[in-house]
Amino acid sequence: MRISAGAISDALIITKRQMLQLIRVPEVLIFSTIQPVMFVVLFRFVFGGSISTGLPGVDYVQLLMPGIFVQTVAFTLAGTAVGLAEDMQKGLIDRFRSLPISRGAVVFGRALGDGLLNVVVLTVMGITGFIVGWRPSSGAFNVFLGFLFLLLFGFAMAWIGILIGLSVREARVASSVVFIAVFPLTFLSNAFAPTTGMPKALQYFAEWNPVSTMVAGCRELFGLENLFGVTANSLPSQHPLQMSLLYMVLIMAIFVPLSVRKYVRASTKK
Amino acid sequence: MKSVIAENLVKTYDNGRIRALDGLSLDVSEGTVLGVLGPNGAGKTTTVRVLSTLISPDSGSAKVAGIDVIKHPEKVREVIGLSGQYAAVDETLTGWDNLIMFGRLYHLSASQAKIRATELLEQFNLTDAAKRPIKTYSGGMRRRLDLAASLIVHPKILFLDEPTTGLDPRGRKEMWGVIKGLVEEGTTLLLTTQYLEEADQLADEIVVVDHGKVIARGTADSLKREIGGERLEVVVELTDLEKCKEIITKVASGKLNVEEDLGRVSAPVSTGTRALIDAARQLDENSIHPLDIGLKRPSLDDVFIALTGHVAEETAEPEIKTGKRGR
Repeated sequence: MRISAGAISDALIITKRQMLQLIRVPEVLIFSTIQPVMFVVLFRFVFGGSISTGLPGVDYVQLLMPGIFVQTVAFTLAGTAVGLAEDMQKGLIDRFRSLPISRGAVVFGRALGDGLLNVVVLTVMGITGFIVGWRPSSGAFNVFLGFLFLLLFGFAMAWIGILIGLSVREARVASSVVFIAVFPLTFLSNAFAPTTGMPKALQYFAEWNPVSTMVAGCRELFGLENLFGVTANSLPSQHPLQMSLLYMVLIMAIFVPLSVRKYVRASTKK
Repeated sequence: MKSVIAENLVKTYDNGRIRALDGLSLDVSEGTVLGVLGPNGAGKTTTVRVLSTLISPDSGSAKVAGIDVIKHPEKVREVIGLSGQYAAVDETLTGWDNLIMFGRLYHLSASQAKIRATELLEQFNLTDAAKRPIKTYSGGMRRRLDLAASLIVHPKILFLDEPTTGLDPRGRKEMWGVIKGLVEEGTTLLLTTQYLEEADQLADEIVVVDHGKVIARGTADSLKREIGGERLEVVVELTDLEKCKEIITKVASGKLNVEEDLGRVSAPVSTGTRALIDAARQLDENSIHPLDIGLKRPSLDDVFIALTGHVAEETAEPEIKTGKRGR
């Protein structure tokens, strides 16, 4: 993929299109924030009372919030996939492909747009979390880093959504595929409950699961010691931030070229 | 000068089981309109997709504005416009938003894009709807905006894939007006259609496509001559059938086609409405009151019967399923 000033400005036009869509159909933004807000409130008040952290002075909500952040960001790739599948179905991708623009522009612009959407969603969730008692103790800079880390994760995950969106034939299929792929990932993790309660095999999976390393990494950045979910002195539990970054690099190294290739060849053929 | 040349294009799907293009060749002279006529699945859309660089053929070659579409697709994209069944616009955005976005993607400056969007909305009679989301547009308006988006940088060569399929008669007439205007400005046009009448209205030359191959080529008039032009069709009570056949034989220019059980007699006529009036008068003089009488213009089916001996059958073209706007 050639990256030039032209390619970047092409991508930004695609991103701008997505922002315009949000302005023209504000319901999308409203509903994509209501769900995570609902999750925060439900988990906080339904499970919050009965789940003990085992840590003196640490409420469940402190551990819960990073989990919900990561889960929400991971699920935004559903929107990415559905959006692209719809563009394919309606022939927009064909039109883009008939234009003299850089080959990576449309997919890159999309990933960037979904990244910006995450800024809004995370802001709303952060505020909701604060209202229900989430108090990161690491100082403004580390909290900022934590959110930046989440945004990066969202950007990396978006590329998986792009490949799914360009590969399926219908938007409805795209959302089911994402659900099937992401739901187990977020639940077979340390996001909501300690992995120590899981069967041994699942514990290993949960330990190495990128969602777990992300959650653990965020907990660190938000000022918690990462004790929740450690099953062994394994690499991911020792260095969750580094592992998460490695996962992001890996995801992008695999899915960026695949997505661009898929886009270039994306025709409406089988 | 030929603006478009396609030679022996072959494109197969499903490991060769479906031959969407089977050695198709055509060319379009600069400043003229070529109508590609054929039923669904004949290979019309696949042809357009190859020429507009969206897919590569398995074999064969094609040049658009003298540029090889396989070797230099990016250069071809700078000189073509594409609109129709498979090109589209963003439905959640307004007409204005769409034209600005595509203008910017064609690398116009922000102010150039605004000027061009204003001009195009004016030209396509969409100024009043400019600030409304495309979702609220009628089928005809949608197609016009779609076409406008493909004209942003004054393409030398325009590909229109079934520009009026799915439109009501009024929308179709409006679209024809718009397309005729473009042709007068000198745009070279390749348009696909399922309607003989549309090709007749818009095209200088027509190629008839079936099973991925060109099976006939000529002007609308020469094709019609081959088919036999207009047909007179009369339906009478079965008791009047013999007398009716006699009368029609007199006004017909060719062989009669009689469907005994339906009481239907049809025959080619060369004098159009003259023949219709003659037939009606003579039937009346013989006290025969036809249940139905009329002139029938040759349809795509008639073209196909004349050219291939079979009706235009729909074969599944794989990309139709996902590319079609489902509504």
